[in-house]
Amino acid sequence: MMAYYLCLVLFCIGLYCVLRKRNIIKIIIGLTIAEYAVNLFFILVAYRIEGRAPIYSPDTQITNMVDALPQALVLTSIVIGLASMALLVGIAMRIYEKYGTFDITKIRELRG
Amino acid sequence: MVDLYVLLIFMIAGAIIAIEVKDLLSSVVAVGAVGLALSITFLVLKAPDLAITQLVVEILCLIILIRATIRKDLPFSTSGRWLLNSIITLAFIAVFLYVSIEALKDLPPFGYPIMRVAEVYLKEGLLKTGATNLVAAIILDYRAYDTLGEATVIFTGVLGVMTVMRRVGRKRQEETEKGD
Repeated sequence: MMAYYLCLVLFCIGLYCVLRKRNIIKIIIGLTIAEYAVNLFFILVAYRIEGRAPIYSPDTQITNMVDALPQALVLTSIVIGLASMALLVGIAMRIYEKYGTFDITKIRELRG
Repeated sequence: MVDLYVLLIFMIAGAIIAIEVKDLLSSVVAVGAVGLALSITFLVLKAPDLAITQLVVEILCLIILIRATIRKDLPFSTSGRWLLNSIITLAFIAVFLYVSIEALKDLPPFGYPIMRVAEVYLKEGLLKTGATNLVAAIILDYRAYDTLGEATVIFTGVLGVMTVMRRVGRKRQEETEKGD
């Protein structure tokens, strides 16, 4: 269970960064860290003690494979994470061009 | 399993450095270290496909973030309701931690997954799909619609980035052409 708790701590670090920091790039970094933690949690749930990678080999019979379904889902999730992060960075760069700062409190002051 | 814990603690340390360091470029590099450690962790947890994907995605992610942060200053302002914000944030995280630790008690113990769905895939995957790599068999055969949805999401993301990052709008371009 210790691995689950460490993974939870990693997620909480990302959550703290998203909630507390004022720099947009720091917020994106926090989101990335939280996303890593969630992906890692799925793979930790799928792990089996003394398991093997879910790949068949022609000569030997492998019976103790790890769970392949969360791996397939996380493979999708990683790539989607890259796309969403690219979109976030694009919006952040546009904000920097318009307001000249990454600070979210300054951006709120400059409304209008 | 010692290597797994070492990697997890390394990732936590890297994440703390990434969010607390003042320089944005150092912060981005620390996130890169966390992502590469995640890639090795996937390898330790017997997920080689994920390790390869995470490596590629992490490098692309690093390039995008460095492109965004390079030659940009970071004005730090800690004025305002610093104490109140910290208290609210920490209280929220404490509630979240309590709820998730309560929820973790219902999971099967680490290393003993239930595998009710994956049992069928592991047993019949090779016969039904002919793919020796079961992860590839699942994402391209059993759950191919998920992959189609993923492609749609990536397409939408690319469209969004192109729309946001476009230098000149169409109207402006027509005007410049008339001016020429």
